[in-house]
Amino acid sequence: MKFMLLQDYGGIMREGVPVMSEWAPAAIEAHITFQKDLNAELRERGELIEAQALTTPELAKFVVSDGATSPVITDGPFPESKELLAGYRMIDVESTERALEIAARASAAPAHDGAPIQQAIEVREVMGPIEH
Amino acid sequence: MRRPPDTEGLLREAAPRALAAVVRRFGDFGESEDAVQEATIAAAEQWPAQGVPESPVGWLIHVASRRMTDRIRSEAARRGREDAVAADRSEAPAGAGEPGDAGGSDDTLLLMFRCCHPALTPASAIALTLRAVAGLTTAEIGNAFLVPEATMAQRISRAKKSIEASPEPFRMPAEEERPERLRSVLRVIYLIFNEGYVTSAGPDLARAELAAEAIRLARIAQLALPQDPEVAGLLALLLLTDARRPARSDAAGRLVPLTEQDRSLWEREPIEEGVALLAKAVAKGAVGEYQLQAAIAAEHARAARPEDTDWREILGLYGLLERVTGNPMVALNRAIAAAMVDGPETGLVLLAELDDSLEGHHRLHATRAHLLEMSGDAVAAIAEYRLAADRTNSLPEQRYLTTQAARLNERRA
Repeated sequence: MKFMLLQDYGGIMREGVPVMSEWAPAAIEAHITFQKDLNAELRERGELIEAQALTTPELAKFVVSDGATSPVITDGPFPESKELLAGYRMIDVESTERALEIAARASAAPAHDGAPIQQAIEVREVMGPIEH
Repeated sequence: MRRPPDTEGLLREAAPRALAAVVRRFGDFGESEDAVQEATIAAAEQWPAQGVPESPVGWLIHVASRRMTDRIRSEAARRGREDAVAADRSEAPAGAGEPGDAGGSDDTLLLMFRCCHPALTPASAIALTLRAVAGLTTAEIGNAFLVPEATMAQRISRAKKSIEASPEPFRMPAEEERPERLRSVLRVIYLIFNEGYVTSAGPDLARAELAAEAIRLARIAQLALPQDPEVAGLLALLLLTDARRPARSDAAGRLVPLTEQDRSLWEREPIEEGVALLAKAVAKGAVGEYQLQAAIAAEHARAARPEDTDWREILGLYGLLERVTGNPMVALNRAIAAAMVDGPETGLVLLAELDDSLEGHHRLHATRAHLLEMSGDAVAAIAEYRLAADRTNSLPEQRYLTTQAARLNERRA
């Protein structure tokens, strides 16, 4: 079963976590190491398909086209930037339970003080050719 | 020496059997696989020029075993464990490794038992079976399951490690364990088939080949256990089901339900083989789930037109199948058969009994939608089709269900 685990720029459920640019360098390092280690572990278990972090909402663009005239391209920043995707993991696992377990691990990445950041992880099953 | 008809094809057949024999002799799965791989490369270079040996399997076993022995010797020299190795080697059967020692069907069966080990998750067992028994490359398996090759390689290597760590030696499971172990093997083959039996269109081609691999695996199992009626039943089921593949989806890749399929597209040859296999299996008198499923598929194959289908017979078979498996999904199919025999209301009553066990499952909604449509209640059918479409995780199925709802909706307007 393939799942996409999505996290956006908002969605930090713990109170009082400052934006990452205000963290101590060592705390940022610890956070990144955590993500890398989790990816390495999933890769080693044969569960990771892909993991990507996306550039910030400042660099995002929205495109709307009517198919005839030139498309309307809107540059950031956007008032709703907290709802934009920050990154995702695509995994292939045995069960929904395992996907939730991995999401829980990702949610508890270390924050500025080393305690879990409590990031909300959106868990979405990928549509497949057959049902599982 | 014969002239090579098709070295690649020969190797695909021979390598898994050679692997089975080498693993049996040396125990180490990973090392044996490397050794057979090297022997296969050597064969691909030598056979086209020098001719194919009398026994391709025996040749591969011989060459791979020599490499294993070399490896063990150098390993032993490195670690200074010559004594242990000498003791190991003395246990090898006399004449082992000689050309002509063709890896027999027992070895292949053993390899299947090993690859479908109960310690493995289904996904791991599937990957390992395709690699070791069917002889697919890791890239091919990754491709078929739409995961990167590296991910699949990790999955296979973990699977190997976990069965190597299990205490079971590389020998036939004890007599009393065998039925259960065989069930795992048949289940894995069935799952591989299921993964592949989707559509033969476009990007899903790689998956369609999985169905062919599953049939090949079922044939291997049947060669090894010609007397087992369930093994024959599974092979029959796969052949009978696969025969319908050309009619199962349209040119755009959309699913076509059984009753609307162009039956002239069904392939006669696998149907005949499946029916014959089934007849022989059923005569042995030990009925099981695969024989029953094959019998249902055979009933459909027998009907030249949908209206010729003997639904009463199928209803009876689903009743038996439900008793054997206790699977509520079977009960869904029984409800459909009951609706075909006694009318949609009877089927709907049966479905109502499944509300608890299959609550929220898209199949329950899809079946109810179908029966409601049969009974002429389009409004309720549309609602159920939509519920089903929202709950399935299969893209072709969702497309089919959404289209059904749209079709009824349009007719109403």
